[in-house]
Amino acid sequence: MQRRNTQVEMPKQDPKERIRNFNEVAKGYTSEMAVEEAHRCLNCKNPQCRKGCPVEIDIPAFIKLIKEKKFGEAIRKIKEKNALPAICGRVCPQEEQCQKFCVLGLKGESVAIGRLERFAADFERENGIINVEKYGSDGGRVAVIGSGPASLTVAAELAKLGHRVEVFESLHTAGGVLMYGIPEFRLPKAIVQSEVEYVKKLGVLFHLDATIGKLTTIRELFESGFDAVFIGSGAGLPSFLQIPGENLNGVYSANEFLIRTNLMKAYLFPRYDTPIKVGKIVAVVGGGNVAMDAARSALRLGAEKVYIIYRRSKEELPARLEEVENAEEEGIIFMLLTNPIRFIGDERGNLKVMECIKMELGEPDESGRRRPVPIKGSEFKMDVDTAIIAIGQTPNPLIQRSTEGLKTTKWNTIIVEEETCQTSIEGVYAGGDVVSGAATVISAMGAGKKAAKAIHEFVMKKRLKSGT
Amino acid sequence: MYRIVEKIKLTPTDKMLVIEAPEAARKAKPGQFAVLRISEKGERIPITIAGVDPDKGTVVIVFAEVGKTSKDLGKLGVGDYILNFAAPLGNPLNIKNYGTVLCVGGGVFVGALLFLIKALRQAGNEIVTIIGARNSEHLIFLDDAEKLSDELYISTDDGSRGYKGLEFLKELLNKRKFDHVFTIGSTSMQRLVSELTHPYSIPTTVNLFPIMVDATGMCGACRVIVGGATKFACVDGPDFDGHKVDFDQLISRMRFYNPQEKIAMVYHYKEVA
Ligand SMILES: Cc1cc2nc3c(=O)[nH]c(=O)nc-3n(C[C@H](O)[C@H](O)[C@H](O)COP(=O)(O)OP(=O)(O)OC[C@H]3O[C@@H](n4cnc5c(N)ncnc54)[C@H](O)[C@@H]3O)c2cc1C
Ligand SMILES: Cc1cc2nc3c(=O)[nH]c(=O)nc-3n(C[C@H](O)[C@H](O)[C@H](O)COP(=O)(O)OP(=O)(O)OC[C@H]3O[C@@H](n4cnc5c(N)ncnc54)[C@H](O)[C@@H]3O)c2cc1C
Ligand code: FES
Repeated sequence: MQRRNTQVEMPKQDPKERIRNFNEVAKGYTSEMAVEEAHRCLNCKNPQCRKGCPVEIDIPAFIKLIKEKKFGEAIRKIKEKNALPAICGRVCPQEEQCQKFCVLGLKGESVAIGRLERFAADFERENGIINVEKYGSDGGRVAVIGSGPASLTVAAELAKLGHRVEVFESLHTAGGVLMYGIPEFRLPKAIVQSEVEYVKKLGVLFHLDATIGKLTTIRELFESGFDAVFIGSGAGLPSFLQIPGENLNGVYSANEFLIRTNLMKAYLFPRYDTPIKVGKIVAVVGGGNVAMDAARSALRLGAEKVYIIYRRSKEELPARLEEVENAEEEGIIFMLLTNPIRFIGDERGNLKVMECIKMELGEPDESGRRRPVPIKGSEFKMDVDTAIIAIGQTPNPLIQRSTEGLKTTKWNTIIVEEETCQTSIEGVYAGGDVVSGAATVISAMGAGKKAAKAIHEFVMKKRLKSGT
Repeated sequence: MYRIVEKIKLTPTDKMLVIEAPEAARKAKPGQFAVLRISEKGERIPITIAGVDPDKGTVVIVFAEVGKTSKDLGKLGVGDYILNFAAPLGNPLNIKNYGTVLCVGGGVFVGALLFLIKALRQAGNEIVTIIGARNSEHLIFLDDAEKLSDELYISTDDGSRGYKGLEFLKELLNKRKFDHVFTIGSTSMQRLVSELTHPYSIPTTVNLFPIMVDATGMCGACRVIVGGATKFACVDGPDFDGHKVDFDQLISRMRFYNPQEKIAMVYHYKEVA
């Protein structure tokens, strides 16, 4: 096979078509496409791509197996390091990670590593070849709080090491942001649930409707016989802009908008009971994945015009590149270097107008990005009937509030030891967004792996000491 | 899955359910609520906890059939299951010996009020209770209220039993000294009580019912303005200082989804037919 210079395109739903449904946008490679793309890999002696992978997948090895059409072996190779490849293949910011370091990327296009990962995982699921080995149960008892990617990783790793693991999730469905935040058209919920099923098959017990801090506390978990606790409660508390009019009807947090849409399936209202109200003109404030997801959902829910309002320029948009491109293709209007300063409502308290100000980029700030500064006198008004605030989230507060001795930062993130993820309380570990602040699926999983290793060592030492 | 072990029809629209939820029964305190979802396609709706029996492992809820979900709930019977019942959520009310406490409950929330009164009594308070409803048909738990209170007043909106409206409360406040007021009921009632107690500077605790979605602090649908600051009622409340709540904003936000809820009902009846 001749080696292509450019990536094999992934088939996608036509933009005109897809803005009217919630089906997955990217359809994935066929096996022919995957093999063709795999042939582009140079199989470097000293592979740079691995350096960019937070969980150190042996990337050249799995790509080589795809090249040889050994798809089953390819997925096993990935799963040595990553328990959730169908998810990561879809949502990782590959251009910032593995693909950034691919040598092909220096001159042209990198290998499409994410698409190949997704292909291998989908191949396994669609062909029903997922095999679950049985593991012993001579370890200890571990409680895992939350069921997002950090928690699922900890649970799976510890179950494989022979521990009895119980997950406590406050919502009615396991999966964290993967279920309630990221939309169906980007990450089908059936895929997330099949990953959760896999973790269940490993012997992990899931308690839903179980809010730690209310139903039980961490101290009570220890009293009831758990040897260790992992906190993976995520960063789900939405930040607001703190500007006038923000509590008007029609101003949503992105989380409310996405929870209604994804978790409660409001896009199927009234077949599903939970409603969602979307106006004709929608403004989404923010430039990350959350903002793109909210904007594209609004379009699919029937909005006529959807704006992304972002205070920096296009280069600084923190969203995955692919999602920015998808949003543009779908007709989302980007109003860059713009910031809202006020929402104005009618006499019934419904949002009507948003007032904004133009921005310019000044000196770099602590994050290294150039700081946006308002341009005096550039205020202007625009008609909107829905505004969605997607400017970030901070950690869910319930556990921090109910656990004495748990040290946190001023942003309410939990403080842990870098190497072990141990918190200020012995036997209590934490990882994922609740420690890092809102980040990525793969970094949450990376933290989960580290924590699982440390928890295993802690529990085994404890068992040895107590002679059980 | 959570089993219904007892069901009582209190009025034509108000029902009481006793639900098996052993862990919640050990934990729940007055002022806290549950979020339930009846079936896979269902909405998450918050309902205040109106009693617990830790030994039997059961939780009591009392609710009015006002829309799709509450009507569906009303159709369930003993032995049926509720798919999700997340409880307890929200903060418990502060139970201590205040001295003389005025407890004002309206409509279906009288059940929740009695759960509170029991705890306040145990803490040594003298209890003066006002129970209100639209009309005499909707007055519930009168006997229990009588037994648990040192004094009981009854009020109906139409005057069909007891005092007409809450005007008489002014006189009561003139006559007697109260150390604290707790009120739970319709938002308009709680607002009125707060307005009446304000001139007397009697600390008044209200229980707010904004629209909630997750009820774990992740969406902000439930935001209310209290003392000028935005609070999330599900995790910062649902109890607040009634003298500081922006009721206009709260009521406007509570109405936002009414047109959609009507669609849900129409669809529901079509489905049933
Ligand atoms: C809309 C959206 C789009 C995103 N897109 C991407 C993307 O494309 N790529 C990417 O890499 N990342 C993306 N992210 C970020 C990514 O999803 C998160 O970084 C990741 O999910 C964090 O995982 P976690 O396990 O730490 O927590 P979460 O996934 O947040 O899960 C935490 C879980 O804990 C539960 N919980 C909280 N408190 C309690 C409690 N007291 N008791 C019991 N349970 C509790 C919550 O209900 C939740 O289910 C996105 C995030 C959002 C919101
Ligand atoms: C903390 C809290 C405690 C509550 N306790 C009780 C109780 O003990 N007994 C009781 O009968 N009712 C209680 N409610 C109100 C109850 O949740 C609503 O009556 C119920 O959600 C109505 O749903 P529906 O589908 O039957 O009616 P709908 O037709 O959907 O709505 C009727 C009205 O109920 C309110 N409502 C609708 N959806 C929600 C929602 N998701 N969250 C909150 N309010 C909503 C709206 O103001 C609406 O106008 C409580 C609400 C809250 C927030
Ligand atoms: S209901 Fe979602 S934050 Fe309170």
